[in-house]
Amino acid sequence: MGAVIETSALGKRYRRTWALRDCTLAIPEGRVVGLVGPNGAGKTTLLRLAVGLLAPTCGTIGVLGKEPASGPAQLAGVGFVAQDTPVYSRMSVADHLRLGAWLNPTWDGGLAARRIAQLGLDTRQRAGSLSGGERAQLALTLALAKRPELLILDEPVASLDPLARREFLRGLMEAVAEHEVSVVLSSHLVADLERVCDYLVVLVASRVRVAGEVSALLESHHRLSGPRRDRSTLPAGQEVIEESHTDRQSLLLVRTDEPICDPAWTVKPVSMEDLVLAYMSRASVDRTRRLEVVA
Amino acid sequence: MIRLSVFQFRAQAVTAAAALTVFAVILAASGPHLYGMYHSSGIASCQAHGGCVPLATSFVHNLAGFYAVFYFIGIGLLLLVPAVIGAFWGAPLITRELEAGTFQLAWTQSVTRIRWLAAKLGVGALAAMITAGLFTLLLSWWSSPVDTASPLAENNGVMFIRLGYALFPTRGITPIGYATFAFALGITAGVLIRRTVPAMAATLGCFAFIQIAWPVWVRPHLLSPAHATVALTSANFAGFAAGPGGMTFVAPPVVPKLSGGWVQSFRTIDRAGRLFNVNLVKVCRGSTFHACQNALVRLHLRDVIAYQPASHFWTLQWYETGIFLAAAALLAAFCFWSIRSRRLS
Repeated sequence: MGAVIETSALGKRYRRTWALRDCTLAIPEGRVVGLVGPNGAGKTTLLRLAVGLLAPTCGTIGVLGKEPASGPAQLAGVGFVAQDTPVYSRMSVADHLRLGAWLNPTWDGGLAARRIAQLGLDTRQRAGSLSGGERAQLALTLALAKRPELLILDEPVASLDPLARREFLRGLMEAVAEHEVSVVLSSHLVADLERVCDYLVVLVASRVRVAGEVSALLESHHRLSGPRRDRSTLPAGQEVIEESHTDRQSLLLVRTDEPICDPAWTVKPVSMEDLVLAYMSRASVDRTRRLEVVA
Repeated sequence: MIRLSVFQFRAQAVTAAAALTVFAVILAASGPHLYGMYHSSGIASCQAHGGCVPLATSFVHNLAGFYAVFYFIGIGLLLLVPAVIGAFWGAPLITRELEAGTFQLAWTQSVTRIRWLAAKLGVGALAAMITAGLFTLLLSWWSSPVDTASPLAENNGVMFIRLGYALFPTRGITPIGYATFAFALGITAGVLIRRTVPAMAATLGCFAFIQIAWPVWVRPHLLSPAHATVALTSANFAGFAAGPGGMTFVAPPVVPKLSGGWVQSFRTIDRAGRLFNVNLVKVCRGSTFHACQNALVRLHLRDVIAYQPASHFWTLQWYETGIFLAAAALLAAFCFWSIRSRRLS
């Protein structure tokens, strides 16, 4: 299984602040990958590096095996829908399709026309007068009709209302099923990703906290509740991701590949949201601890 | 990518075409009458046998209100065209994409940023050249009778010579060089400032400064001047000035030989070839102009004049246009380097 995006010690600095630092990850092909993390985790920076809009300050990044934006062929392989789905407000929908056809040798005009017709968009309408949802759909159409191997979307639904959000994600999933394209989708809302992703990367403070197939992640994580006990008394194979204790009770979220045999625990499955939140809060606890050590 | 550049440029092209059309209609409507007055004035044939001064003087003074006013409007317009092209075509070229976020759309199609900029810059620069070229061609044609007559007319020589500050940058081919340079300057300002309105303001400011500084500090050194030594007589004596600190001069005489030439510097020498100081002539301190003039003429003074003869016009035009085009190319190279090294997003 090859990687569509592979980074090594990747970093990007704006003047003095690091937007992304020491980021190493490999995103497998043929998946719908959810890139999730809190605001400011470096998701947008990472995706902009991946499409070649930014140059890395340090480290390396390869997309489809090449340096991003290194040539027309590499660019043709990657479709990009940027945050807030920018389009030329004074150009009509038809003009945008023309732009796509002019700038992309792999352009699939039939696909673009079909999608616009399905969405019920008036091709003569100016893009500036489209609703947020329609604009996002237009941007997605442009990216899809390029027939890319990899589709990268940066928070495409963040500014959409729930209905438009559902429509957008449904359109995306239909296209993925039809054209076998790898997708990397970033969001800070787990609920959006839960519906569409089969692979998850949690990025907090530019570090990958956990990455893997969603079903495997959900199987290997458990929520345990039972009488109070210390984490050090757990079996070696169980990694505590999150813990909370009252005087008498302990509530743990653990990761393990082995079955939980201790009858003292009540074992419950975890949701994707639980899992993401647990890793995010663990990252912030780690950071606080590190700061304490430094102090 | 060229098709897209042309497509996205069409609004600007329509504006330019509309402005040019209005300009052309006004010139075409009034030009024939102006040429008619010129031909009936007899200036065209006087240069062979002399006696041009009264003919030219009466032609220039008889120009009706519209022609005189539009002559100056034409000069102002041609000075403005490159600045407007720089501010309204050049500056927003990249900043508009950055401000609207559309660079993320434009630079992630199957076209590299370098080719994107090359097409944008090529189409824009070509349009700037054509626009400025047509403006200057139209105006040069229309103004030609006045440009020919003015230097010959009495008391009218300095302002209206073709090598002077007003006509040189608004005639011939220099506007093409300026417009291309201003366009590249606008893009560069956009690359450096990244916001449309400040980049436009910076473009206008920089270009205005260059327009003022260039003829004062650079143009006089482009071509080595011709020299003429002219004896001062009561016929050609034009005046003198006695400045503070003994810096004094006798004004260059009006000489038909210099007609249309651009005087760059002059000094007055006495019979022995020494630099003459007008303060040494007692009559000239506190006496009447005529008494001083008579005293000076008796001293057999000569003015040594360094000037660009009228025949240098086209050589200077080509030099200056070439320099501005080369400067535009340098600015463009900087923009390519900036966009290539991804300093923009």
